[in-house]
Amino acid sequence: MKESLLQVRGLKKYFPVRGGVFLRRIGNVQAVEDVSFSVERGKTLGLVGESGCGKSTVGQTILKLHNPTAGEIFYEGRDIAAMNRAELKAFRRDVQIIFQDPFESLNARHTVSRILEEPFVIHEMGTAAERRSWAGDLLNRVGLQADALDRFPHEFSGGQRQRIGIARAIALQPKLVVCDEAVSALDVSIQSQVINLLMDLQREMNLALIFIAHDLAVVKHVSDDIAVMYLGKIVEQADAQEIYAFPRHPYTKALLSAIPIPDPSRRGERIILSGDVPSPIDPPNGCRFHTRCPHAADQCRTVEPTEELVNEGHRVACHFWNELADHNAVG
Amino acid sequence: MAALLEVRGLRAGFDTDAGYIEVLDGVSFELASGETLGLVGESGCGKSVSALSIMNLLPRPAGKITAGSIGFQNRDLVTLPKEELHDVRGNRISMIFQEPMTALNPVHRVGNQIIEAVKLHEPDLTTAIARRRALEMLERVGIPAPDQRLNEYPHQLSGGMRQRVMIAMALTMQPDLLIADEPTTALDVTIQAQILDLLREMQRESGMAILFITHDLGVIAELCDRVTVMYAGCVVEQASVTQLFSTPRHPYTQGLLRSIPRLDATPKQPLTTIPGTVPALIDMPKGCRFRNRCLNAEDDCELRSPDLIHAAGRQIACHHPVAEVLT
Ligand SMILES: Nc1ncnc2c1ncn2[C@@H]1O[C@H](COP(=O)(O)OP(=O)(O)OP(=O)(O)O)[C@@H](O)[C@H]1O
Ligand SMILES: Nc1ncnc2c1ncn2[C@@H]1O[C@H](COP(=O)(O)OP(=O)(O)O)[C@@H](O)[C@H]1O
Ligand code: SF4
Ligand code: SF4
Ligand SMILES: [Mg+2]
Ligand SMILES: [Mg+2]
Repeated sequence: MKESLLQVRGLKKYFPVRGGVFLRRIGNVQAVEDVSFSVERGKTLGLVGESGCGKSTVGQTILKLHNPTAGEIFYEGRDIAAMNRAELKAFRRDVQIIFQDPFESLNARHTVSRILEEPFVIHEMGTAAERRSWAGDLLNRVGLQADALDRFPHEFSGGQRQRIGIARAIALQPKLVVCDEAVSALDVSIQSQVINLLMDLQREMNLALIFIAHDLAVVKHVSDDIAVMYLGKIVEQADAQEIYAFPRHPYTKALLSAIPIPDPSRRGERIILSGDVPSPIDPPNGCRFHTRCPHAADQCRTVEPTEELVNEGHRVACHFWNELADHNAVG
Repeated sequence: MAALLEVRGLRAGFDTDAGYIEVLDGVSFELASGETLGLVGESGCGKSVSALSIMNLLPRPAGKITAGSIGFQNRDLVTLPKEELHDVRGNRISMIFQEPMTALNPVHRVGNQIIEAVKLHEPDLTTAIARRRALEMLERVGIPAPDQRLNEYPHQLSGGMRQRVMIAMALTMQPDLLIADEPTTALDVTIQAQILDLLREMQRESGMAILFITHDLGVIAELCDRVTVMYAGCVVEQASVTQLFSTPRHPYTQGLLRSIPRLDATPKQPLTTIPGTVPALIDMPKGCRFRNRCLNAEDDCELRSPDLIHAAGRQIACHHPVAEVLT
């Protein structure tokens, strides 16, 4: 089997919950609990799930913005926790992130030119004149004019700022970009422009993407594979077409069925889940979804389901996925 | 069809450091009793300003209505004396917002806030009866363990729960019109599905009309009878939901519908886009405001801005609308 660009094994990330007078650790937010997946070169993995389910934490841990509580992350076959200086430097060049609100991630007091030249400065590349000309090239690449170089982020619209964020992320020819809700704040007409840009860049640069979003239609459009998360766990992962056509996990089915479809002739019966997502500080025993699952049985309340193989590349963590196979939500 | 709400030629804007900025450039739409009208458009196009104008809630003193009328049950809300306006806003029209935290008072228990809303509507009720009403309302909007929730503060509730409380408060006065400004935008899809379901059910029970503001065309298709599409402070098209989605006639509506990624489309294909961006409020072009992005634009689009005219059961503001063929 060929080596994946990125491989995540048994990733766990807990954040301390502090309380009392001395702010002692009184519990943990189990933000990510035993998550495994891999990302192939030039491909897109979509990561979906409701807010707080751990998507961003996964993305940030891959970027080494957090230390994992447990588990391993391999980049080009190397454990990122065991990399030496030179390897780390290459890793930081190869793996980039784009955030939802580019305004917060772009320094408001710096010109666009300075923002785009910064990666080259950090990695000691080029002369000042070369860096400026590269910054101009980057702007063209993302569909902006070079006259934007001497302007400040607040002078741009949300969609344009996101293009600047993308320009910065691709400056060093990365191999993997984590897009954390990168198009979520954009209006549809601008969102489609930015999605097209990302897909173009992916093709040109053979970029791999981890595409984090809560809009499932967007995720399906850009992804090769999709992983669905619920309360810190991946409950199902498969090829994008397969997971939409044949969802196996009751949560995936409910999530898909809840998407409002922009076609009034397809108003239909929805699976309406009751209740809210429980707190990740004290997640339910057994299957974490059992408090909202329409099919929960006694076993689900005590025994945690493990990932089972539906077919090559399609994995699901539910005790009853096989029995429930006929209950298809989308129709 | 007698309209419950009839907005005509509404102009509104704000005084800013850079001078007066007009936000609404003559907005017109109407809504019948019991109907759900969707108001859709991109960020900044004036959806909320339209809603706030109806509610007389534009921020003072910067915000003002400079022209037009807002007919509601045969009265013009723009010129109505203060006391009568108070009656309309307190008893006939309620509004819910995207972030209920801004509408709920963070330092008061949820229960007291609902009780107050009930008493505002029926001042003669005793506190005990108002409390019972509040409980019933919470039960009706599907809040589990309502008697416990009455004693909690807004921050102790989840986003979906807070929106339910807002809906409960809005419905205590049995309004004829509910204005919902992006009530599900901040919620996860499974919670959004719960809230849309609840709104539908409440409407079935009470027969109220709903003005539903959103930028999500999926939600519009799901919930609304008719749709008003706005662009840069103008209404560009108004039609039944079926008409609008099957045969959009305004080039902007068509572009919008084509840009949404769809679940049944082939993945990784380039999406259709609308080129360019919305012009800034301070330098709106003469003529049609969509001109710089429009594929149908011709010389006359620059000369005069298109009026909203009736055409085959819908309204369009465009000199060269898209032909009525299935898309
Ligand atoms: N208090 C204010 N002072 C000055 N300008 C304002 C004020 N409130 C709104 N505006 C401007 O009015 C225009 C319309 O705003 P509005 O809130 O109605 O947009 P919207 O269609 O509701 O957008 P969104 O989808 O982002 O909620 C925007 O350009 C906005 O910047
Ligand atoms: N730095 C942090 N400290 C404490 N808790 C955190 C931190 N970052 C995230 N969390 C918690 O971890 C959980 C997962 O968060 P996140 O990964 O941001 O979710 P998502 O991106 O899926 O919305 C949430 O309960 C969140 O509150
Ligand atoms: S394991 Fe049980 S509770 Fe969990 S998803 Fe499957 S049926 Fe539902
Ligand atoms: S009036 Fe002209 S520019 Fe405006 S939408 Fe119609 S065709 Fe396009
Ligand atoms: Mg996140
Ligand atoms: Mg608004």
